[in-house]
Amino acid sequence: MSASDNMIPAPAVRSKPLIIRHLPYFIGAAALVALAAGMQFDGYILNILLQATTFSIAVFGLSVVLGLCGQINLAQAAFFGFGAYAVGLGTADLHLNFWLCLVGGCAITLVAGAVLGMSTLRLGGHYLAMVTISFQQIVTLVMINAIWLTHGPDGVANIRRPELFQSSQSYLAFCVAMLAIVGYLVWHLPDTKLGRAMRAVRDNELAAGVNGIDVFRTKVSAFGLCALLGGLAGGLFAGGFAYVSPDQFSFAESIQFLTMSLLGGVASPIGSVIGTGLLILIPEWLRFLKSVPGLYLAIYGLSVILIIRFMPDGIWGFVSDAFTRWRAHTNAPPVAGALLLRPATTGGDIVLEVTGLSKHFGGLKAVDGVDIAVKRGSVHALIGPNGSGKTTTLNVLSGLYKATAGKIVLDGTDITSMAPHQRTAAGLGRTFQNIRLFRSMTALENVEIGAERPGNTMIGKGDDALTERAMEALTFVGLGNRANELISSFSYGHQRLIEIARALASNPTLLLLDEPAAGLNSTEKLELHELLKRIAAQGLTILIIDHDMTLVSEAAQHITVLNFGRRIADGESMAVLRHPDVVSAYLGSE
Amino acid sequence: MDLVLQLLFTGIGIGAVYALVALGFVLIFRATNVVNFAQGEFSMVAAYLMVVFSVDLGWPYWLSFLIALAGMALFGVIFNLGVYYPLRHRTYLPVIIATIGASILLSNSVLAIYGPQPQVLQGWFDTPGIQLGPVYLDSQYLLIIGVTILLVLFNFWFFERTLLGKKLQATSQDKEMASLLGISVSTMIMITFIYSAVLGGLAGILVAPVLFVSIQMGSTIALKAFAATIIGGFGDVAGAIVGGLALGVIETFGAAYISVPYKDGFAFLVLIAFLVFRPQGIFGERVAEKA
Repeated sequence: MSASDNMIPAPAVRSKPLIIRHLPYFIGAAALVALAAGMQFDGYILNILLQATTFSIAVFGLSVVLGLCGQINLAQAAFFGFGAYAVGLGTADLHLNFWLCLVGGCAITLVAGAVLGMSTLRLGGHYLAMVTISFQQIVTLVMINAIWLTHGPDGVANIRRPELFQSSQSYLAFCVAMLAIVGYLVWHLPDTKLGRAMRAVRDNELAAGVNGIDVFRTKVSAFGLCALLGGLAGGLFAGGFAYVSPDQFSFAESIQFLTMSLLGGVASPIGSVIGTGLLILIPEWLRFLKSVPGLYLAIYGLSVILIIRFMPDGIWGFVSDAFTRWRAHTNAPPVAGALLLRPATTGGDIVLEVTGLSKHFGGLKAVDGVDIAVKRGSVHALIGPNGSGKTTTLNVLSGLYKATAGKIVLDGTDITSMAPHQRTAAGLGRTFQNIRLFRSMTALENVEIGAERPGNTMIGKGDDALTERAMEALTFVGLGNRANELISSFSYGHQRLIEIARALASNPTLLLLDEPAAGLNSTEKLELHELLKRIAAQGLTILIIDHDMTLVSEAAQHITVLNFGRRIADGESMAVLRHPDVVSAYLGSE
Repeated sequence: MDLVLQLLFTGIGIGAVYALVALGFVLIFRATNVVNFAQGEFSMVAAYLMVVFSVDLGWPYWLSFLIALAGMALFGVIFNLGVYYPLRHRTYLPVIIATIGASILLSNSVLAIYGPQPQVLQGWFDTPGIQLGPVYLDSQYLLIIGVTILLVLFNFWFFERTLLGKKLQATSQDKEMASLLGISVSTMIMITFIYSAVLGGLAGILVAPVLFVSIQMGSTIALKAFAATIIGGFGDVAGAIVGGLALGVIETFGAAYISVPYKDGFAFLVLIAFLVFRPQGIFGERVAEKA
């Protein structure tokens, strides 16, 4: 999607083809490769450069999993070791081709990472941290004890390089070229669909799910990718140094990778290179400290604590943050056309048909046998006193809770047992009572994630179409001119509008609004009311929950009333509001 | 059969240590919603304090023991102020990373001071153990099991029967509400860290004569203790104890009948099996974020 950085799109240069916009990068990279191939280094410098290059690739992996996706991996050295041993054992013991071993090693680490991720990523981050530590320990145990396979503590010697890069100098040039290519891909990743999904998951998993992102698959992809980069780096490392042993892939090394990543800045490959370079060079300068065992790692441990506390975005994050904020105000967003909503119309007259819906928490029947039928093109309100089960109903509808009993049919499709992202793909859009935006992204990027809903027929191919659709949605809610600002710079009311724009951009069949007027002042409420009218005018069906009776009675044609989890009234608005049961539920009976 | 009984005794003994450390994990997790990855190092630091006072300085065992525990209380204070407290308003990820950093800092500082050679610490009793029928009961294991039982009882009494315990519970369940009721949340968290550090330290001192006192002992114990909390059910006090005992027994039998070098791997295999088939553990877990 965007050009020169990963946070703020630069629409002004969008029209130029990607390859031309990124030409400077490739020219710079080619110059570096030429430099690595041409300069005469002595062996010591060469080794340091080779180490820095291969380690950087492994640290790129952490910038994907930790920086982009917000998941932790404390076993990167183990994956690094997988790649190294694949190349080591493959070329030295089995006499296989280097390239075959490198690719094989990458495949093994990818599978290992994905499987490890799949076992744990449905659970919280604490589990992942401990499981990756455990995995790291097991891998070390196997490397040391499975002597028949790994040669044990002796390690693997006589590892071969490819025919093409026999000299150390040419091999270094090859590794620098790999670094440049992988670095480019990682740098570009945040602006791809997968990268946006990862950032959305990092910022807010729940919101990512209801915006059509398969959270689990995204996390597993990030984790697998991280492992893959570790494996690639390890393979290159083994070829470079011709000898590997278990102590090079221990938990301490995993911590070193983590420290490198945090120090440089976890969010960017540039940070990875900075961090890696510093942590390889500094110990070389301060060699005398190495005479005391443990001292270096102790310093790393202390650095981790200090970085997390005082510089959470690392060195590069610190630099680029200032730059980004400055850029945000200089970029004029593109002008957008009018937003078109074309809700799908495959089902019959009823868009949402809920029958006998129940949700019990233990003995508590939060929702108990509720029926709701939402007519196509209508604004339907779900009201009820506090604790009546409105929000629970909405959460069951969008898949955040599993229904205890009952059936939900959306536009002819039974969505009762679908995951949140599948319901979104089926045409459901929603907002949250307590706003759930992706806080590290701009308004435009938030809305783009909505527009990217699988099955959205209103966007064309390519990133430009996506941006266009998102701009239309933002303009529709009146915030088009502030598209490139970060979420934190918007007021509460505007954040609510961005959430609505995010749902609208996906062109849903049914829009669920969870207390959209909560916390808004009276002017903002009026604006919201106008907005709802304009949405409804395009024929989009809305199911709204709110306490604001003025808003509900004016906007909705049809009202369903819940109390104590049960439906106590249903029908045309005015009739329902005069219903004696409703009056007594709200005002109490005599 | 004799061997089985003997292994069972040893397994329960070592499992009791895991249970104690797991208990420390759970208490901090419940108070702060953060897993303290340096919990194992609490045990390691306490064991080294014992080595300093009892071996290096030659002080009486009981005095060294008391001073080491007092030192651990102070250590809990420093740890809270240095690692957790500055990050208390951030998400769990930075806190986890900081505790991992602390763990690395602690174990390697001790390595830098004491070197890699394991240290030897005497047991509490002079008698090595007693023969009871076919089973030889090691005195240190008996002590560990006895102390664990006492601590579990104390824990129950403390959290269910005392006002301070109830305040701690209230804080772990809802910090905002607790503070509105006049409970000082930061004091409660401080107390939790102190208690947890003493608990972890106690486990370290008790297990030190059985294992060696080494810088790796912390991470090894922490790994097992964490596995124990998952097996028992994350955040559950009873689960931590049952999980710890179960893990000790599994591991001891695994080492005896399957493989000694991979002894430390069994905990991981059991952990993965639980994560895949029963992630909520034996006693279940409260899940789901509110939308």
